[in-house]
Amino acid sequence: MKTAVGIILALAICISFTRAQAAETLNGAGATFPYPVYSAWAYEYNKITGMKLNYQSIGSGGGVRQVTERTVDFGASDDPMKPEQLQKDKLLQFPAVIGGVVPVINLAGVKPGELRLDSSSLCGILLGEIKFWDDEKIKKNNPSVKLPHSGVTVVYRSDGSGTTAIFTHYLSETCPAWKEKVGAGKAVKFPVGIGGKGNEGVANYVKRTAGSIGYVEFAYAKQNKLGHLQLKNSSGNFVEPGFTSFEDAAATGDFDPKKGFALWLTNAPGNNSWPIAGATFILLAKDKAESNKKVVKFFDWAFKNGDNKAKELVYVPLPKALKEKVTAYWKANGLQ
Amino acid sequence: MTRELIRKAEGFVALAFCTLAAGLGLFWLVFILGDVLIHGFRALTPALFLSDPAPAGSDGGGLRNAFVGQLLITLAATAIGVPVGVLGGTFLAEYARGRKIARIISVLADIMVSVPSIVIGTFIYAILVKPAGHFSGWAGAVALAIIMIPVVLRTTENMLSLVPWSLREAAFALGAPYYKVIIQIVYRGAATGILTGIILSIARVAGETAPLLFTSFNNSFFSMNMKQPISSLTVTIFQYAMGPYDNWHAQAWAAAFVITFFILMLTLLGRVIIRWRYK
Amino acid sequence: MAKILKKSPADLIFSSVTALASFSIIVFIAGILYVLISESSLAIKQFGVIKFLTSTDWDPVKESFGALTNIYGTMLTTFLSLLLAIPVAIGIAVFVTEIAPGFLKGPIGIAIELLAAIPSIIYGMWGLFTLSPIMANHIEPFLKKTVGGLPLIGMLFEGTPMGIDILTASVILSIMIIPFTASIARDSFNLTPSVVKESAYAIGATKWEVIKNIVMPYSKLGVFGGVVLSLGRALGETMAVAFVLGNNHRITTSLLDAAATITVTLANEFAEADNDVYLSSLFYLALVLFVMSFITLAVAKIFLLKAERKHSQ
Repeated sequence: MKTAVGIILALAICISFTRAQAAETLNGAGATFPYPVYSAWAYEYNKITGMKLNYQSIGSGGGVRQVTERTVDFGASDDPMKPEQLQKDKLLQFPAVIGGVVPVINLAGVKPGELRLDSSSLCGILLGEIKFWDDEKIKKNNPSVKLPHSGVTVVYRSDGSGTTAIFTHYLSETCPAWKEKVGAGKAVKFPVGIGGKGNEGVANYVKRTAGSIGYVEFAYAKQNKLGHLQLKNSSGNFVEPGFTSFEDAAATGDFDPKKGFALWLTNAPGNNSWPIAGATFILLAKDKAESNKKVVKFFDWAFKNGDNKAKELVYVPLPKALKEKVTAYWKANGLQ
Repeated sequence: MTRELIRKAEGFVALAFCTLAAGLGLFWLVFILGDVLIHGFRALTPALFLSDPAPAGSDGGGLRNAFVGQLLITLAATAIGVPVGVLGGTFLAEYARGRKIARIISVLADIMVSVPSIVIGTFIYAILVKPAGHFSGWAGAVALAIIMIPVVLRTTENMLSLVPWSLREAAFALGAPYYKVIIQIVYRGAATGILTGIILSIARVAGETAPLLFTSFNNSFFSMNMKQPISSLTVTIFQYAMGPYDNWHAQAWAAAFVITFFILMLTLLGRVIIRWRYK
Repeated sequence: MAKILKKSPADLIFSSVTALASFSIIVFIAGILYVLISESSLAIKQFGVIKFLTSTDWDPVKESFGALTNIYGTMLTTFLSLLLAIPVAIGIAVFVTEIAPGFLKGPIGIAIELLAAIPSIIYGMWGLFTLSPIMANHIEPFLKKTVGGLPLIGMLFEGTPMGIDILTASVILSIMIIPFTASIARDSFNLTPSVVKESAYAIGATKWEVIKNIVMPYSKLGVFGGVVLSLGRALGETMAVAFVLGNNHRITTSLLDAAATITVTLANEFAEADNDVYLSSLFYLALVLFVMSFITLAVAKIFLLKAERKHSQ
């Protein structure tokens, strides 16, 4: 009994002790996609200003849910909310950083970046219609590549994810059959294949499974040295994934502040644009004026000082023009 | 072959299988513990305990926030769970001794001990996290306390039942009220047993992950505020081991080493006390 | 007893406090049941009971949910892990009670208890980093090569060995439940009266015959209770399987495929569920798991109580 009382006392002391510093914390939650870059920025920012920006990657869906319920200071999502919805839930939305989703393959004898796919063959593979790598549809675009007659194993994300949202949005946009049979979303019912948890799970499966194809966020493809491929974009050119092709996709995007910047960068126009790029968004509750200013201060700092860190982590910082638009949006909404 | 030989051969084979099975059990223990020890020890640095996490993907940093968070949650769970468990066990062994209600509750408590802990996590999410509007250290502590209570309750009940009834009668004869008898005589007699139960129940909940996922959540910074999301070792291990960074994997191993060591020590301590007291 | 004593006010207060504390158990169980039912009411209304339990749909985009794939995964991993664990656990119990020389009994008993005390997240992590590559590179290819070609059995080993699949999850789960089963089996074996055993030895029975014909029949209720208890444990285990199961909502015949259990689905998707029906369906899953494990554990308890009563007679 005495020990229990002692423990309660000790706890009470601890808690009263810490109450003073609680004010310097900002809680954010949401997308897993930008987690590495947000946490790196938050770490630097904490060192400079003492502000603790606690960002927890619980998934884009969780980010939307939490901010709608006003339980966090900001939410994050790769799945931009529609203007009507923003209006309804009294939210503000702006992009923070851009990344790309890349299909990755494990195919003996095929070098990284060698294989070229157009959207209809990629879609055919994922729908289970193309069962072997030496299918005519694939061969057509790859006359010089020696394709083995081995079976295709599709690897997808089994957890709800913004990566899947961006990827399936691209497929729905370019492939009517996909739109009809599967659709787009953070978690969809894939017709064939095996499911890996998280980007790492998918990377892991692709690495182990001969003849497999999966999709991951570019950072994970690079870190795990997975074989990427070239995709045909909306201008009919085959492009390699990378900073420049992501940046080109971002540059063609016409983000409209009036619509809360809601925009998909998938299947973007432009000669050299990567077709499966996407921005990740920050969501703020309109009525939380006090904390919003602090959050905006953080992102303003990140826009000015965080580009190198983002590039280091294989993310594409927002183009200069877009940053200016976002800053104007903050000012217009009285956040800065 | 004679019948005798066949019987002997059958016996030999069966007994050899049993010996092998025991060897296999030992093999797993050595394999798992050895693996945790080797990987964990390598990543064990002072920085692990003294500094907070570095940003994802970069080297360095530690898990100070998770160690402190784990300690706070476990302590708070103990502070809630132990009094309720001990008092509840007292009712079953003393006031309700021999009554039907005591038997029903102790059977239910036995079932509660093995109820999936993730279900308790969803339960606490619905009653504490959602209405309050935020994840909190307290929610995690309550979830662990609910797992703890039936364990403490059952051991207390058993230990109090072992105290001879004549001891109570002697105290009654002196005119002492029942509650005084319980507190001053019965508890004293069963103290080591109850303490063992408490130690083992702490060992049980200290390694729980599933009930914390949706309750105490996680925090990448150092925090001792139980009203806010707070980091714990087990949830951090889950996040780090699933993550793609080698640095995270190393720290997950180190955290695994510390928590396993702590829990095994508690378990051994509990066993030693039992053996010392009851043999 | 207490009733004959005149209660002082302080005594009344103390007894009420203890009563309240012990009723907390009933409150928790009733509370869990109530909360899970009310939180899943939306999904119950939408999908009903039979349809939810028999539908293999788990489609967040179309907002159509069914529990069957999760139940299937839970049952399959549990069944397989018991299949792997029971012989070993009983072997250990026999060894500890009947074979081991005195100086080994203590250490092995402690080792088994320690194995039971290791947190499940450690099993899971170890499974991902250590066991899964071993399974993928050695054990699963070996199984494919040897029994994979057989008719019917071969079906179980179709597909690419990845190490993150039903088989690996079941192996880890079996390692986790071996100590539970073994310690209950050991306790049951110890209940066999030595008089009976000794008279069997006296008429010339071998050690194995005594175990097989005397000890095992005598303790079968207790052992069975222990097995069912382990089954209850395995049903609700989350962390040990979350790392290596792959969260795949499909019913497969191959053990080398990924699957999903109720627990793993909850751990992975509970925080991510972004619409009401989705979240409600997850609560519904939790309810199904709660009912399943409650019934299993109650059955186990009945067997163990019966065994106890039989012994005390």
